[in-house]
Amino acid sequence: MGTGNFETTIGLEVHVEMQTNSKLLSPSPVHYGDEPNENTNVIDFGYPGVLPVANKGALEYGMRVALALNATVSPFIRWDRKNYFYPDNPKSYQTTQSQTPIGTNGHLDVTLTDGTIKRVRIKEMHVEEDAGKNTHGDDGYSYVDLNRQGTPLIEIVSEPDIASPDEAYAYLEQLRQAILFTGVSEAKMQEGQMRADVNISIRPYGSNEYGTKVEMKNINSFTYVRNALIFEEQRQAEVLRSGGVIQQETRRYNEPTKSTMLMRVKEGADDYRYFPEPDLAPVVIDQQWISEVAAELPKSASQRQKDYVDTLGIAPYDAEVLTQTLAMADFYDATVADGADAKRAANYLIGDVNAYMNKHQVELQETKLTPEHLSGMIKLIESGTISTKQAKQVFEAIMTGEEPEAFAKKNGLVQISDPTVLLGWITEVLDNNPQSIEDFKGGKDRATGYLIGQLMKMSKGQANPGVMNKLLLEELAKR
Amino acid sequence: MSETTISKEEVAHVASLAKLAFNDAELEQFTTQLSDILNIFNTLSEVDTDNVEPTYSVTENINHLRDDIADNWHQKEALLSNASSSAADLIKVPAILDGEGK
Repeated sequence: MGTGNFETTIGLEVHVEMQTNSKLLSPSPVHYGDEPNENTNVIDFGYPGVLPVANKGALEYGMRVALALNATVSPFIRWDRKNYFYPDNPKSYQTTQSQTPIGTNGHLDVTLTDGTIKRVRIKEMHVEEDAGKNTHGDDGYSYVDLNRQGTPLIEIVSEPDIASPDEAYAYLEQLRQAILFTGVSEAKMQEGQMRADVNISIRPYGSNEYGTKVEMKNINSFTYVRNALIFEEQRQAEVLRSGGVIQQETRRYNEPTKSTMLMRVKEGADDYRYFPEPDLAPVVIDQQWISEVAAELPKSASQRQKDYVDTLGIAPYDAEVLTQTLAMADFYDATVADGADAKRAANYLIGDVNAYMNKHQVELQETKLTPEHLSGMIKLIESGTISTKQAKQVFEAIMTGEEPEAFAKKNGLVQISDPTVLLGWITEVLDNNPQSIEDFKGGKDRATGYLIGQLMKMSKGQANPGVMNKLLLEELAKR
Repeated sequence: MSETTISKEEVAHVASLAKLAFNDAELEQFTTQLSDILNIFNTLSEVDTDNVEPTYSVTENINHLRDDIADNWHQKEALLSNASSSAADLIKVPAILDGEGK
């Protein structure tokens, strides 16, 4: 990759849908996948005379993201109208913040593939509203669903600090994780909850001025973003090498060909005719409010990873797996807080629980497993009450919502460690198998394996293998 | 006064942003009218506003906010019946294929 004599400059504007209960300016529910236009009212439809009131929760979510990205929360916010005509928004303007972003001067420290840390500065963040969804029919009409219209978005505008398509990819992945751990959004790519507008320019090394930038909008996959940028930096280099000029334009990325094509020559910002929104009251954010929001902000993924490794003795890779989603990390924290052994809890979540989620194509929160049940099962293993083998059955049961101890009792899944009981079986088995004792004394290790097999059969698999093995060797030595 | 005079091209551009189509006579008419209006603003610009905070809102209200509680007003049927055309619970509009809107 790379373009020889040119250096690449990339900036990203990322839009993330917030998982609020209601929309930014109307109380209509925010819920993906409902029947078309189910979650709409006169405000969402842009009727005249409506009285929109901004959602406090959306603003607080915006503040959370600003805090998580090390930005300054603005003490004063007012709203602006960004005007454009398109059927996905019948108001004909988007309510946004152009002059008073909720957060400014943030940054995200991005770990690149070679392990170096790159600080990407974040210029500003805006709380604004999403548009509805247009579907183009093949009958010359478009069909509009306004369920998404008015869903709160947080827009995160980076400085042009990103120097390659791979850096852009790493930034997006780590930005997504940072947002996941604010609890503001699940940032589900397949549901379009996170989309990126990218701009890219190239310039000869050593040049003091940026090249003309080209923009690509609304890309909802990190891989597509990387592919689009790879194509675009090569295209621009070829244009410049052949003596051409880069036009400021908006291009569209086409995945099947992994190329970009001209969509339109860019309109100026003036064309959006921003002006102050007269229908919404300005918002003053004082330090106390910021502190209240900061107190609700979940601990970040990187902080949790550090705690897992330093305090709980979890391997760094495992700590990373546990922090891939906020739900998983919260679940792990709750399991450990409930008294489960930290390593065993990590192993179960990374291994069996993840395998279960993959097999059944469900999210952790969609399963019937609770931290208390997982920790309950782990405590049964730790205390020797059940064997790890028996735990397999208990695991199946807790995944269907059963209480582990009750299930183990009901199904006779108890490990017998009582030496008196075990010795009774050992004496019986040894008395019945004099040949095996001879074999053992003759140095045949396999003989103990046979004897253990007999003992397991006799105990119906309930004998504690560790205790039994020890007692058996002691008894053999006596004979 | 002539410095605020708006050109015919600018009027045509603003009209296209507002999805309005003017014929030549209308374009001429609106260019003159808009120029006159802008010239009135020129008079206003004579007032020194260097240290005056712009007025963004005419009420003294601040932090008039709503708690994040969902409430479905169940207006779908009425809203769709008021749309000029709808099908399968969707609003039906002439196709616009120049891009993704914004």
